Amino acid sequence: MFGYFLTRLGMFIPTFLGVTLISFMFIRVLPGDPIIVMAGERGMSEERYQEMVEKLGFDKPVLEQYWDYLVGVLHGDLGESFVTKKPVWDEFFALFPATLELSICAMIFAVALGLPAGVIAAVNRGKFFDRALMSSALIGYSMPIFWWALLLIIVFSGNLGWTPVSGRIDLLYYFPSVTGFMLIDSLLSGQEGAFGSAVRHLILPTIVLGTIPLAVIARQTRSAMLEVLGEDYIRTARAKGLAPARINGLHALRNALIPVITVIGLSVGTLLAGAILTETIFSWPGIGKWMVDSIFRRDYPVVQGGLLMIAVIVMLVNLLVDVLYGVINPKIRRR
Amino acid sequence: MKLKFLAATAAIALSSAAAQANTLVYCSEGSPEGFDPALFTAGTTFDASSHPIYNRLLEFETGTTNVIPGLAESVEAGDNGLEYTFKLRQGVKFHSNDEFTPTRDFNADDVIFSFMRQKDDSHPYNQVSGGTWEYFKGMGMPDLVESIEKVDDYTVKFTLSKPEAPFVANMAMDFASILSAEYADAMMEAGTPEKLNTAPIGTGPFSFLAYQKDAVIRYAQNADYWKDPADVENLIFAITPDASVRYQKLKAGECHIMPYPNPADIQAMQDDADINMMEQEGLNVGYLAYNTTMAPFDNPNVRKALNMAIDKNAIIDVVFQGSGQVAKNPIPPTMWGYNDAITDDAYDPEAAKAMLEAEGVSDLSMKVWAMPVQRPYNPNARRMAELIQADFAKVGVDVEIVSYEWGEYLSRSKDLDRDGAVLLGWTGDNGDPDNFLAVLLGCDGREASNRAQWCHEPFEDLILKAKQSTDQAERTKLYEDAQVIFKEQAPWATIAHSVVYMPMSNKVQGYKVHPLGGHIFYGVSVE
Repeated sequence: MFGYFLTRLGMFIPTFLGVTLISFMFIRVLPGDPIIVMAGERGMSEERYQEMVEKLGFDKPVLEQYWDYLVGVLHGDLGESFVTKKPVWDEFFALFPATLELSICAMIFAVALGLPAGVIAAVNRGKFFDRALMSSALIGYSMPIFWWALLLIIVFSGNLGWTPVSGRIDLLYYFPSVTGFMLIDSLLSGQEGAFGSAVRHLILPTIVLGTIPLAVIARQTRSAMLEVLGEDYIRTARAKGLAPARINGLHALRNALIPVITVIGLSVGTLLAGAILTETIFSWPGIGKWMVDSIFRRDYPVVQGGLLMIAVIVMLVNLLVDVLYGVINPKIRRR
Repeated sequence: MKLKFLAATAAIALSSAAAQANTLVYCSEGSPEGFDPALFTAGTTFDASSHPIYNRLLEFETGTTNVIPGLAESVEAGDNGLEYTFKLRQGVKFHSNDEFTPTRDFNADDVIFSFMRQKDDSHPYNQVSGGTWEYFKGMGMPDLVESIEKVDDYTVKFTLSKPEAPFVANMAMDFASILSAEYADAMMEAGTPEKLNTAPIGTGPFSFLAYQKDAVIRYAQNADYWKDPADVENLIFAITPDASVRYQKLKAGECHIMPYPNPADIQAMQDDADINMMEQEGLNVGYLAYNTTMAPFDNPNVRKALNMAIDKNAIIDVVFQGSGQVAKNPIPPTMWGYNDAITDDAYDPEAAKAMLEAEGVSDLSMKVWAMPVQRPYNPNARRMAELIQADFAKVGVDVEIVSYEWGEYLSRSKDLDRDGAVLLGWTGDNGDPDNFLAVLLGCDGREASNRAQWCHEPFEDLILKAKQSTDQAERTKLYEDAQVIFKEQAPWATIAHSVVYMPMSNKVQGYKVHPLGGHIFYGVSVE
């Protein structure tokens, strides 16, 4: 098992270097000079332009710029934002807990509903439940996030007044951020009603962000379950007279979980991509909106630093998924 | 440590209770870049920094572009127009925070500090927070201001390198906000000079409490303010980037005021009895600039004929969806010096066609450049270009629409040999006509902000004379005359000024829409 883990970890290093190169090049191949974008309609004199080029280090050869960046990254320095003049690292960690909190809730929502939905659909293959659940999943998967979010806001916040429109907590609650996770911080604050407010603020963004992964997980669980339910050992179990709940829940689901876990791992990327829109609509102070704004402003350090951090997180989650395969299926770790 | 945390929590809980009582919540459209206004250029940043937290020597009167005394009680211009002496107000207190309590009132040292850090490359604060001093340098201040002298504790003298009347208006701009030199020294000594930008101390009507990035900014009323204290005890900016969501928050009572509504929502807001919709023309202009150095656009009659072919009312309806007004002059009507006596070129395709024929122009093909970004002065440049294309087709002119990435667009449109006419615009900085006429149409602006590459001596003489005069009546007359020449020569087709809408709850009293674009909450109360 340890050897298997080390092999997976070894593959991490070249991928990491590749990601630093891609994140560095990505923003540079886009047309548009960050200095000119910064100056806007006002423009700037040639002399001032040259001054800025030197200040931002653009006068150096690209390879040298990349090398400086790479050395910085290895020393934990992602540079400073051109716009806010603050270290990218600080900005990322100020915003990331909000994205993480929302993503975890969305994933719990997606798995908690998606797995049972998939199992129920598979067990009732071709029947009403199956058709209803899979049609709903297809609709969920096809739903434009922006439209879906506004629809929920207008119905549940605007018309019914059940949930707040946006933000992470009611503005009347004001306490120092300890962990960056609003659910935990609101509990730590000891202020009455703060935790409830944080939960209410999470409901709509969680549903919006979790909808697509929910649909994917439900469909994947159904097809994996169907495949497993057709296997000989399930027929044997049935012939032995085992209770259907035990067959479906223990024997079939455990083996169907491998492709489902793969999908969950890959959904982390989808969640982070979905977070961009979800965060913008719900005024959620996370990294999604921060990255998009930076691309438009050509804020190189933020774009390359943010991309790198997101890539590392996705890689770490997938490393974890690889390890989980090994735990669930001993055949994989022995290979 | 634990005690300190509990004490802080208790204090905050108390302020939460108070917040309910007298709080104004503003659903702002974005996050500030920081809180030191001299470091940045975005209006969103100024809303969160210079307006609530700071003052300037001179101020723009809220709701107008008039310059009034601020931290300076008076300013006197020397006879040669080169010296400006500011008499400072006494007894003005700076805010305090956990790490700093001022030991003295505002004085000349703070003025010298606030400007010299921007001007002097060797100043200890010049490089702090990556200081590029974009506005100070963009307004040409390093060359214009020769020296700043402390005459005594409450008198400061600025000496200029050349007479320039707009200098007075520049002193009311956001970059000219006055910071505490004492706080700067304390932070430098503590090794945290960047706190000037992250934990700001000013003299303004609100003191800064806290900022959670991309989420919320909190301010408290400055009880020691040198004017009457603000009407609300707490001011909160709830950062809400999406306009539809801002509207929903306003309806749900989660905020009291919001900027920049979706044009499509304006009618519903006006019909809502709980919402008070304020509106005013923005201090901006959207235009189509011909390249006046290239044939046939070097001929004013050709330019005028093309201007007559553009149906501007259709553009206001389609592109602005009503939230704009037709522009006839290169400066907006809210600005002093606006010449309302000028009549716009009438929309007349037949006459335009005949005029082009008379000038020997036939089978003309040209490019129209459409910006790739949205701006208040042009919410949809592509659509505007398409309408112009259709209008020009009616007079026999074939238009190809081109567009580039924004940085490329700004850069290429400056070229002297640029092919075609460019859609662009401008939002005023200091309410002075010089900021439009000299920057956008002066000879020095060619291959830079003067996209028409236009240099016309009679016009240039007038704006140079106006720049050097300190007599307001004389300046007004000169700018009015300059607009007459502009209209005859037609280097641009002036298209539109936007209309700024500001929806707010009926509970809000005393808000004034500011023509310079800022959102100012001093003097605003909530029932």
